[in-house]
Amino acid sequence: MSGFDKVVNSYEEALAGLADGMTLLAGGFGLCGIPEGLIAQIKKSGVKNLTVVSNNAGVDDFGLGLLLQDRQVKKMVSSYVGENALFEKQVLEGELEIELTPQGTLAEKMRAGGAGIPAFYTATGYGTPVGEGKEEREFNGRMYILEESISGDFAIVKGWKADRYGNVVYRHTAQNFNPSVATAGRVTVVEVEEIVEPGELDPMHIHTPGIYVDRLIQGTFEKRIEQRTVREA
Amino acid sequence: MRVAHEMHDGYYVNLGIGIPTLVANYIPDGMQVMMQSENGLLGMGPFPTDDKVDADMINAGKQTVTAVTGASIFSSAESFAMIRGGHVDLTVLGAFEVDAEGNIASWMIPKKLVKGMGGAMDLVAGADNIIVTMTHASKHGDSKLLPKCTLPLTGAGCIKKVVTNLAYIEIADNKFWLKERAPGVSVDEIVEKTAGEMVVPDHVPEMVF
Repeated sequence: MSGFDKVVNSYEEALAGLADGMTLLAGGFGLCGIPEGLIAQIKKSGVKNLTVVSNNAGVDDFGLGLLLQDRQVKKMVSSYVGENALFEKQVLEGELEIELTPQGTLAEKMRAGGAGIPAFYTATGYGTPVGEGKEEREFNGRMYILEESISGDFAIVKGWKADRYGNVVYRHTAQNFNPSVATAGRVTVVEVEEIVEPGELDPMHIHTPGIYVDRLIQGTFEKRIEQRTVREA
Repeated sequence: MRVAHEMHDGYYVNLGIGIPTLVANYIPDGMQVMMQSENGLLGMGPFPTDDKVDADMINAGKQTVTAVTGASIFSSAESFAMIRGGHVDLTVLGAFEVDAEGNIASWMIPKKLVKGMGGAMDLVAGADNIIVTMTHASKHGDSKLLPKCTLPLTGAGCIKKVVTNLAYIEIADNKFWLKERAPGVSVDEIVEKTAGEMVVPDHVPEMVF
């Protein structure tokens, strides 16, 4: 690598430094827009005791579910984990800790974490189990709870295209949590379908500016569909 | 379906996952409504035809969908900024229980494995105009319209309108207010299946579809 060129040539290099006990932030919504090759590399590396922050936990044999197979995850921070039987089993057996977080609060925690804001007040979760033990405060007659932001040792992100400088564009709803995750990693690694030369992407259309990106790798993706729903032609 | 009457031309609407998505089929012809899907899509269209299925184009229920003309796509953080910021005109979602104080319980049954609240807490906290759709009573006949929710809450004091299989009810001043009854349903049956305090006017009109 030189200058602003963020491209790495192997998955080992992309995740160099990821170690036991670290906090990992992962983009994706269900199986849509997940960094498949980076997850596969984490499984291969055998790193353990991870705290993983991701909206969902994949399914039994795909996505972040792959990391559960070898018990690499100590704790998940997610909003919904309903599609994963292995996950349920490990939670019930006390092997896996889960911190359920409202989806918008989870997105904002990472957005804030990446933006240098340590905490924020939100009405979401006030008066519910989510608000228990958290600071409460009234603004303009309405009650809010204080939520702390999240940042991670590593952030893994799935983009559509990026230039070598790490300017990323996402495709359709595969964007989801990825832009927020990208801002909140101490080391942010982006896996894309295509790497192009600087200048080939219109600066007006960049979703994630390269300043947030440390390493960039081109992958191949299965893009598994969870619920294939169609209508008659 | 009764809920379609709460939609107006030019509304941005979030439909919760599950039964309420049926509402989309009942939007009157000529009315323009944009569906918001909280994974980051404003202007959700119908399911794609088989040849147009795209793994990168899904809704919050993880179903493959399309985007309508004039749609926009954005991040989850942006999506919940518009939800939390009160920019969505109408939110429709399901529930296990609603009480006379406007509390809603929809995500957690103690001693059963909890799968998560998803975006439901953000939706009920952010929206001014929420309609809960649910069956009036459980399969065992237990009322879901209670003096006080028994299950852990999704949101406190945020529900003002409930549409059930039996009635349309509004919530104000710690009471249920019976507004309309479903076709063929008697007021007596609604009263019998409502555990919380309910105000019943002399005349309860039938719902018009």
